Amino acid sequence: MSSDRIRRFFVLFFVLGFFLYLFGPLLIMGLTAFNSSAFPRVSPWECFTVEWFDVLANDGRLLEGLKNSFLIGFGVVLFAVPLGLAGALMLTQVQERVRPWYYTIVISPILVPGVVLGISTLLFWDRIGVMFGASRDSIFYDGFFLTIIGQSTFIAAYTMLVFISRLQRFDPAQEEAALDLGATHVQAFRKILLPFLKPAIASAAVLAFLASFENYNTTVFTSISTSTLTTVLASKVRYGIDPSISALAVAIVVLTVFGAAIHEVVKRREEAAAKQAGMVAAGLIKEKKAQKQWFLEPAIIGILLVFIAGLGTAFFAGTIGVEECKVAVKEQKQIETAKRIEALKQKTQARKEAEAAKVELQKTERANRTGTENFNSIFSGGNLAPKSDTNETEGNDSPRTGTENFNSIFDSTNLQPEESVKPDDEAEPEARTGTENFNGIFSSGNLAPATTE
Amino acid sequence: MTNYWKDFFRKNGTALGLFLLLSVAVWMLVMIILPQLYMLDFSFRANVPPPQWGTESHVYTLEHYKYLIYGNVNSTDAFNYIDLGVFGRTILASIFVTLIDVCLCYPVAYYLAHVARGGWGRLMVMSLIVPFWVNELLRAFSFKVMFGASGVINNALISLGILDQPYDFIRENVALYSGLSYAYILLMIFPIYNAIESLDKNQIEAARDLGSPWWRIHWRVVIPHAKPGITSGCTMVFMLTAGALAAPQILGGPSSLWFTQLVYKWFNNSANWARGSAYALVLLIACIIFVLLMMRFFKVRLGEIAR
Repeated sequence: MSSDRIRRFFVLFFVLGFFLYLFGPLLIMGLTAFNSSAFPRVSPWECFTVEWFDVLANDGRLLEGLKNSFLIGFGVVLFAVPLGLAGALMLTQVQERVRPWYYTIVISPILVPGVVLGISTLLFWDRIGVMFGASRDSIFYDGFFLTIIGQSTFIAAYTMLVFISRLQRFDPAQEEAALDLGATHVQAFRKILLPFLKPAIASAAVLAFLASFENYNTTVFTSISTSTLTTVLASKVRYGIDPSISALAVAIVVLTVFGAAIHEVVKRREEAAAKQAGMVAAGLIKEKKAQKQWFLEPAIIGILLVFIAGLGTAFFAGTIGVEECKVAVKEQKQIETAKRIEALKQKTQARKEAEAAKVELQKTERANRTGTENFNSIFSGGNLAPKSDTNETEGNDSPRTGTENFNSIFDSTNLQPEESVKPDDEAEPEARTGTENFNGIFSSGNLAPATTE
Repeated sequence: MTNYWKDFFRKNGTALGLFLLLSVAVWMLVMIILPQLYMLDFSFRANVPPPQWGTESHVYTLEHYKYLIYGNVNSTDAFNYIDLGVFGRTILASIFVTLIDVCLCYPVAYYLAHVARGGWGRLMVMSLIVPFWVNELLRAFSFKVMFGASGVINNALISLGILDQPYDFIRENVALYSGLSYAYILLMIFPIYNAIESLDKNQIEAARDLGSPWWRIHWRVVIPHAKPGITSGCTMVFMLTAGALAAPQILGGPSSLWFTQLVYKWFNNSANWARGSAYALVLLIACIIFVLLMMRFFKVRLGEIAR
């Protein structure tokens, strides 16, 4: 029994770890959106701020990409949902013999890597364009068109799966009854099948839009010169990162949770209403209670209030006192840096003296010793000094330099040279690497050993 | 055959029948089959400037596939060790990531489906969806924030005194593998969860009553039942991982490339579309072989995988 309890404890621990793995990174990324540090990080925490949301709202390229992503998303919904519907309806009607082949072909885009889909779409429509002698600014070379086509190829398969699972619960007798009663085929489709499929159409549309919105692998090839949210994001993330990206993630997560909550509440109300209608029909209860509007639902009101309150607090807390806090942090950093420089100066001074004494001693014994002495100083002091690296490594996404420089690439100041560069520049390498080598960079007597000898 | 079409139009009516036929034809031919075939053709063509495509100088050649295997003509190596190495590492790492995901997801899926009950269980399942709707790029970005030199993990380890210098998670590919495992983990957990949930609890009870230890219950009862879900999850995760572009671009170490990055490079940096197509096709074929192997090995049908 006790071993059972231990096992249960382990399982619980494992599940908790799993959820931590799932949400930890997102949570930490979310927190970085509110730290005033120019590099997205939680510790050291500097000042609480919402300025990164301002940066986000003023980022022209990102907004342009966002707009294009919305347009493409709507295009994909309009294109992929009917395709998926047709594909699903066709599946119920093709001959038994052909069905496995048909299914394999229409389902294959889900399993084909996105890059392959993007490339084949790009090549194929280029070929078609050449065949029609179309010019370079015609539709065949248009990023919107190609992206909608390329994404719809596999998103239509997603929507088809949604329709298939709904159609499995459809009773064909209903349609047959309508036809027997004199309805035309189009009427039967419009009045019987389409209303039955309505929830599936809605969820397929949402799925299609979201899948399109966050697609990168296909879009990166088909979008050509059109920028979408994902392509802009990719270039931002690859070539230098700042917390405004975290701010975007926070916005997306909040909207998602909000949307999911509304969806859940609406669904529950619909289910309850259906249940009630069924009970009314069965004569179990006499009349329907008046339905409240969905926005009068307590849960929704609660979420809305929390949302607004959170936003308000964040806004006020983020605007009041941020500047003072920043100044304080800056001063603090400057003081620390000055202290460090002072300490280093003393250290190098002491070392120099010791070395000088040693050299004096050795000189009398072996003259060629000084060569090694010089060699040693390659690794010390300013020879590896990263002061020029800040410019060289800026925007370099694949750091191939030495390990020391590599660390500072991800450093705030390299990527954000506008503000509070100076103190950061001096404080950071030491704070994180902890090696002596960096410390001597700014001290004056760094290259001195060579001259003393 | 003509009977079939007559029947088809009688059943659907002309307008709807035409809509169905036309849509499916466009989707299957113009969007799926022809582009793939054209890409296949294109990958066997010489790399000439776009205006000459389709002209006589656009000859058939095997050079792109040869390049992948043997490398540059002038190179002294017997094989193209770099690109083949990238390919091999991509496949192996994808398998590795898939295995990690199975090991992580199976216990959690079992827990969610059979142990957690009521509101909490439902809330947990629902909350799984949230990270899924956060953009793939942003998920990779969050791992970059976590694993960076001044990231949370390094800071925590240093302040705990375990490390005295930041460990370079990105160079050692730790960030890449955990980011990739994270990226598609939900495509693993949901199929397994759905499969396990449909298992009748009485079967587990019966096995337990008959004295079976917990591991044998899993081995003989739960896992066989969850097999289609596991296969489906493995296939999806492997395909998406092998075909991933965003996470390797963002989290990849300086010395390790992903195969899709080579494809991307041929297209965007080297403007050699034919070679890019050839590489993409090699990736596609590797993925198809993997799916076929999975189907053969676990004896499931394609319909059960893509669900």
